Amino acid sequence: MPYTSDLKKLIKRVEKTRPERVERKKEGEEFPALSLKEREDILKFHPDFKDEGRSEIKVGSSKGYKISNEIVALLHAESRVPTDLLDLSNPDYEADVLVIGGGGAGTSAALTARENGAKVILATKLRHGDANTMMAEGGIQAATKNTKDSPYYHYLDAMGGGHFTNDPDLVEALVNGAPLVIQWLEKLGAMFSKFDDGRLKTMHGGGTSRKRMHYAGDITGAEIMRTIRDEARSHTDDIKVLEFSPAVELIINKKGICSGAVLYNLETEEYIIVKAKATIMATGGSGRLHMQNFMTTNHYGATADGLIMAYRAGVSLNFLHTVQYHPTGAVFPEQSEGLLITEKFRGAGANIVNIEGKQFVYEREPRDVEASAIIRECVEAGKGVPLPNGKYGVWLDSPMIDIIKGEGTVRKEFPGKWILFKRYDIDITKDPMLVYPTLHYQNGGLEINSRCETSLPGLYAGGEVSGGVHGENRLMGNSLLDVTVFGRIAGEAAAGFADKKYRDAELTLEHVDKYHNELKREGVDTKGRVSPMLLPDYSNPDVRKRQLTTEYLGTIR
Amino acid sequence: MSKDSAPKKKSKKKSEPIHDMVPIFLMGKKYDVPATLTIQKAFEYAGYQLVRGCGCRGGICGACGTVYRFPDSYRIEVGLACQTVVEPNMYIAQIPFFPANRAEYKLEELEPTGSTMTALYPEIYKCVGCGTCTRSCPMDIDVMEYISRAIRGDIAGAAELSFDCVMCGLCAARCPAEEAQYNIAILARRLYGRYIAPGAGHLKGAVENIKKKKFESGLKKLKKMSVDKLKEVYNARETEPQFGPEDWEPENKDYLVTK
Repeated sequence: MPYTSDLKKLIKRVEKTRPERVERKKEGEEFPALSLKEREDILKFHPDFKDEGRSEIKVGSSKGYKISNEIVALLHAESRVPTDLLDLSNPDYEADVLVIGGGGAGTSAALTARENGAKVILATKLRHGDANTMMAEGGIQAATKNTKDSPYYHYLDAMGGGHFTNDPDLVEALVNGAPLVIQWLEKLGAMFSKFDDGRLKTMHGGGTSRKRMHYAGDITGAEIMRTIRDEARSHTDDIKVLEFSPAVELIINKKGICSGAVLYNLETEEYIIVKAKATIMATGGSGRLHMQNFMTTNHYGATADGLIMAYRAGVSLNFLHTVQYHPTGAVFPEQSEGLLITEKFRGAGANIVNIEGKQFVYEREPRDVEASAIIRECVEAGKGVPLPNGKYGVWLDSPMIDIIKGEGTVRKEFPGKWILFKRYDIDITKDPMLVYPTLHYQNGGLEINSRCETSLPGLYAGGEVSGGVHGENRLMGNSLLDVTVFGRIAGEAAAGFADKKYRDAELTLEHVDKYHNELKREGVDTKGRVSPMLLPDYSNPDVRKRQLTTEYLGTIR
Repeated sequence: MSKDSAPKKKSKKKSEPIHDMVPIFLMGKKYDVPATLTIQKAFEYAGYQLVRGCGCRGGICGACGTVYRFPDSYRIEVGLACQTVVEPNMYIAQIPFFPANRAEYKLEELEPTGSTMTALYPEIYKCVGCGTCTRSCPMDIDVMEYISRAIRGDIAGAAELSFDCVMCGLCAARCPAEEAQYNIAILARRLYGRYIAPGAGHLKGAVENIKKKKFESGLKKLKKMSVDKLKEVYNARETEPQFGPEDWEPENKDYLVTK
C-alpha cells in the first residue's frame, strides 16, 4: 500500500526542511545530544516507567521482584508436563551436552561444545535458525581497529548504554571476546562488508564512541545465522538437531545436577526425554508476549520459554524490569507493522523528524532515550504523524542518505529494506519511512557469571535469555556479539562440565512439583494458565470459540 | 483450560474500520478474509494456528515460502506468506519444507575453485537455463545467473549475486533440473568469505593484542571505578566523527595500540 494522499501532503513538509538538514549534516553539525540529566527526564516516557505495566513475582528465587505483567503471568502458571505420568527412567536420547534453542547462541554453543569434544543434541522449537538472530540487521560490535579503538572504549560505551548497571565481569568477557568471534566468523566464511584491501567496514551505532559496528549489508544477523547453521550441518555426526521439539521442562538428577530436559514434539504432540551431562539454555527473548500491547520486531517463537523453565529450576532473574523498545519499528503500511528499521539508517545520516518536518531529538541517542523521545513527541507534544489506523508515527528521513553519501547508497547498504518497501510501492530513496518504537529486546534474564554458569550445576545460559551484560539497556550491535561470545563460552564450559564434573544419578522433575506447591502455598491463582507458552496465539478468536470439542493447554492444544 | 496465558492482542481490531473482504482458497478451501491481510495473517484469520510455515514474520527467515495461482491463469506465482498481501481468488499453498540436497563437506578441507562446486553438486550441469528459479525468487535474486556463474567457477560472482538469499527453497521446489540452488549459493558464499575475500589485517592484530593482554590493565581500572568516576570518564570520552575518515585517530591514545 503506497502512501495515502494525506501522508503525501505531510511528506512535503519533510522535503521542505530537508535541504537545510542535509547541509547541517554535511557540516558535521548535529542536533544537540542530551546530557545525562536530560536523558533521565525523558526516560519517564519510557514504557518501563509505567507502574501498572509491572507486578511482583510471588514465588521462587526472585520473589518480590517486579517485572512485566506478561512474564509474571507465565511464572504464575503451571507446568505443561504431567509430572506423574512421565517415565524418566528410559530416556529417548542421551548426549554430553543438550543445547536448548537453535538461534545464534544455541548454534554457537553447539559448535563450540563439539570443538571441545562433546556429542551434542540441539533441540529447537521451530526450524534450526528460526530466531531473533536471523532478524538482527545492523551489525556486531568489536574493537578491531586498535589505532582508534580498543576493548577499553567498547567497555565504556556498553556501560554507559546500560546506565552503568551492567555486570562488569560479563562486559569484560563481551568486549574481550568480540574480536575473537569476528575472526571465528570470518574463518567460517561469513561475508562481512569490507573495503577492497580486506579492511572490515565499520560504522557508528547509538551510544558508540568509535565506529566499531561490523556488518554484512543490512542482513548481518541472517548472514551470521545461516553461516553457523551451515557449519553445524557439516557436523551431523556430533551435532544432532531436533526441530519442532521445544523443551518444556528441565530435568534435575538426585545429585542436584541439571541433566537434560523434557521436549515436546509440536507435530506429534508426544513428550521426549533427553538425558544430558550438561545443558545450555539458549531460548532467546520474549517480544511475542507483547508487553503493554506493543508491537514487536521479534521472531514468532520469542515467548520466554527458557526463563520459565530455568526459574522453576531455581535460577534467579535479573534486569527484567527493563525491556528494550527499538526506536524505529515500521508503522506503515500496516502489513509491515513492527518490522525493524535498523539503526544503521540513522547511523548513515537519516534524521528523525516530526509532523512539521522538524528534528526533536539527536538520532543516535541510546535506544531507550531515542524511543522515549519519539513517544513523548507523539503522546505529549502531539506532533506525531497520524496514520490511517488511528495510531501515530514519526518520519525517518531515509532520502537524506543518498543525498549525503551519493546515489545508490541506500540500495547498496539496505537492499533488504529497499526491496520490501518497493513491494509496497514506496521508494525509500525518495520518500521517508514512518516509524514508532517497537518491542525489541529482553535486556535481562537468567543470572549467569562470565563462564555462563547459572546457580544450578550443569545448567549454562547465554544470549538473550540471560541478563546482566547489557544492564538496563543494550546498545546496538551488542546482541549479535552477546549470542556469539557467550554462546561460545557456554559451549566450552558445558563440554568441560560434561567431561569432568557431571555425576550420574536418577532423573527427576521434583523441582516442578515443588514449584507447584509453592504457588499453592503463596495463594497464587494460576487460573488454569500453563507455561512455557511455546507459541503465541494469533488465530481468529471467533474460530476458537467454535472449536467446542478442542481442549487447550495454554495457547496450543 | 482457559487461554489466559495467550499474549494480549493489540486492541487495534476494534477501532479499525471494517475492511473489504475477499475470497481466497487455502489449499483449495474457500475463506473470506479482510483484503489488507498478508497471506500469513489470512491463514490465522481463517482459524489456523501456524506451526510450520511461520518464522520471523518479517521477510528474512525463509520459513513461509508460498505458491499461488489465479483461476484465469495457468501461471504459478510465488511469494513469502508474511510479505504478500492477499488478492481475490488466490489459490494458496505453503511449502514450509522442501527436501533439497545438501552436499557433505568440511569448509576447511575445500579449495575455493569451480571444480569444488561441481564436484559437490554435479547436478549443477543439469541446469537447462529455463529461468524458473529466477522467476520463483521472492527476493528478486537472479538465481539462474548465479548458478551459471558457479558453473563457470566464478565463486565471487555467485556469492555476491546470491547474498540476499533467505533460503526459502522456492527455487529448488520449482526447478525442473532438481537443483538445490540455495545450498549451492551458501557454499559459494562461505568459500568466498573464507578464502577469496581479502583477510582483515587489523582483525588479526586486534586478536593478538587481546591474547597479549594489552588491554587488561585498562579494563581492570574501569572495573574497579566507582559509578561516579566511570560516568566522568564516559562523558569525557572522544567520539569519532560520523563522517570522519577511516584513519581518524583520537587525541587520547592511552588505551590504544599505536603503530
